[in-house]
Amino acid sequence: MDLLWQTAVNATYAASYMALIAVGLVMIFGVMGVINFAHGELYMVGAYCVVFLYAQENFPFLLAVAAGLIFVGLVGLVMERTLFRPLRDNPLGGLIASIGFLLILQTLAVFGFGRRMGHVPPWTQGKFEVFGAILTYQRLFVIAAAIVLLGALWAFLKRSKFGRALRACAQDAEAASLQGISMNQTARIAMFIGAALAGVAGALTAPLVSPTPYIGHSIIVTAFIIIIVGGVGSLEGAVIAAVLYAFVHTFVTTFFDGVVANIVGLALMLAVLVVRPTGLFGAKERA
Amino acid sequence: MPGAGTGRLVRRIAWQLRLVFLFAALAVLPYLLSYSQQEIAVLLVINVLLVSSYRLLTLTGEWSLGHVVIMGVGAYASALLAKRLGVPVPISLLLGGGIAAATAAVLSFPLFRMKGFYFLIGSFAAGEIIRLIWKRFTEPFGGPKGLKRIDAFPDIDIGFLSIDFYEPVNYYFLALIVVSASLFVLYRIERSRIGLTFHAIHWQDRLAESVGIDTFRYRTLAFVIASFFAGIAGGLYAHYVGAVNPTRFGVDQMVYVLVWAIVGGTATFHGPILGVVVLTVINEIVLRALGLDTARPLIYGAILILSVLYLPKGLESLVPRVRERVRRWRSGPAATGEGAG
Repeated sequence: MDLLWQTAVNATYAASYMALIAVGLVMIFGVMGVINFAHGELYMVGAYCVVFLYAQENFPFLLAVAAGLIFVGLVGLVMERTLFRPLRDNPLGGLIASIGFLLILQTLAVFGFGRRMGHVPPWTQGKFEVFGAILTYQRLFVIAAAIVLLGALWAFLKRSKFGRALRACAQDAEAASLQGISMNQTARIAMFIGAALAGVAGALTAPLVSPTPYIGHSIIVTAFIIIIVGGVGSLEGAVIAAVLYAFVHTFVTTFFDGVVANIVGLALMLAVLVVRPTGLFGAKERA
Repeated sequence: MPGAGTGRLVRRIAWQLRLVFLFAALAVLPYLLSYSQQEIAVLLVINVLLVSSYRLLTLTGEWSLGHVVIMGVGAYASALLAKRLGVPVPISLLLGGGIAAATAAVLSFPLFRMKGFYFLIGSFAAGEIIRLIWKRFTEPFGGPKGLKRIDAFPDIDIGFLSIDFYEPVNYYFLALIVVSASLFVLYRIERSRIGLTFHAIHWQDRLAESVGIDTFRYRTLAFVIASFFAGIAGGLYAHYVGAVNPTRFGVDQMVYVLVWAIVGGTATFHGPILGVVVLTVINEIVLRALGLDTARPLIYGAILILSVLYLPKGLESLVPRVRERVRRWRSGPAATGEGAG
């Protein structure tokens, strides 16, 4: 019973950062119609911002996280301008270009920090018990930050003018631009937010995962599973699927092993693709 | 006045002469290379088959991210058959291709319910599952370390002639023969009615269906044939290198295949071959000479991006463009520029 409860707490932590990553990926897809294969590497860059600023240069952890968020957001803007905008009519081309970008980011990380795991000392040793399960402050902070960030994003999308423009572009780019919404401006905002979410997830979890330049691979696999299960293009679906997947993955890892958990996750995704390609929560198929 | 018949005959002879020259050059090539370059030449020949088989799949318009894993299926199958069951290597190679094809046939049931982006992701997932199975099950796949000491091709020793396939030169010729035969078959398939149907499915799948073509069956056929030859390439690799492991067939390897195909251009048969040859030469001569080995992924990434942005039809599209340029230059500045389709 204790183990079950502890595993559930662990799964909640996993769900929180997975949701950040997946929501970012869905934002980018929603507005630009392109799947960003380099999303895992954006997470990696965020993590290395913390490795550099916090672990090597001794800046405060929170500052390093904020820097990771902004820096990766800017990397997203670079991607938008150089890759996705010129390839707007060619979604497959955008995807392939993002694979190229992924290789570049990986190599730069190897040049800057070497191939080995970057060690990030914990920023706090504190922990407390919830009904017998141990939750460290570090993990609690990730959960809290994810809730705050996703809540803020939700409010932004529902309330602000930009948010409405963003949703309009996601629904019908042509009609939106006829209403005077700037497609480029909207794409920039979506790309900044989407990338920044991946970056902040990497920055927040850097002390907990020991990043390597190649960590992006497992991240993108996870993110794909989540967005497919949740329905590509659905933000709410991505959050729900992140929770679902995190629980399945964490429980299978605990009671079997990590590789079996990955197999189960991928099989789940294949099953969803076969039975309901629009995902469990996706409303309609995109053209 | 030369008749149409003689014109065709001349062209045919010119074409055959070119082939003869090509093979002559390929036959001389290994003797001009150092030992380590010979080893690279062997791998290059194998990669030519890999990327050409990949092109057959892309003819139907589907881009798989699982092709290298399928190559791995052939490699593992052929290696295990030879190691565990003592199947003679040339036969195990063929069986390995067969098992890769059978795997593709099974996978086609879930995968070809999807198209485009979903197929891409689905093939990625299916490939990762296979790779994780190799990793997870030490028996018989050897786990993360994979299989080692895989049987080599048996030496040929008939008195006056003895060929030792540990020598890269000898293996180069063996691979060259196998790959040339495979390429010939792939070429004939593309030029056959089946190949034309693949094209039709790519450009007009609804129309193809409406004239009675079972697109599912033809997509599966393309996938199965492509996988057979990928499996052969895998077997050639396994019995040459002598070791396989799950990482060898990972996504980064798949990325290289994509780069070769896209940089070369998939519109023609020779496009991807051009891509793999040019990039391998750049890689081995330029990068290794400059000591930029660690920068390899970066340079491949940059090449991939640049070719998607500026050369979407690949290197092979440069050939007619250059020809056109020359023709216009000859016909004088009066020639007007018409918009490219």
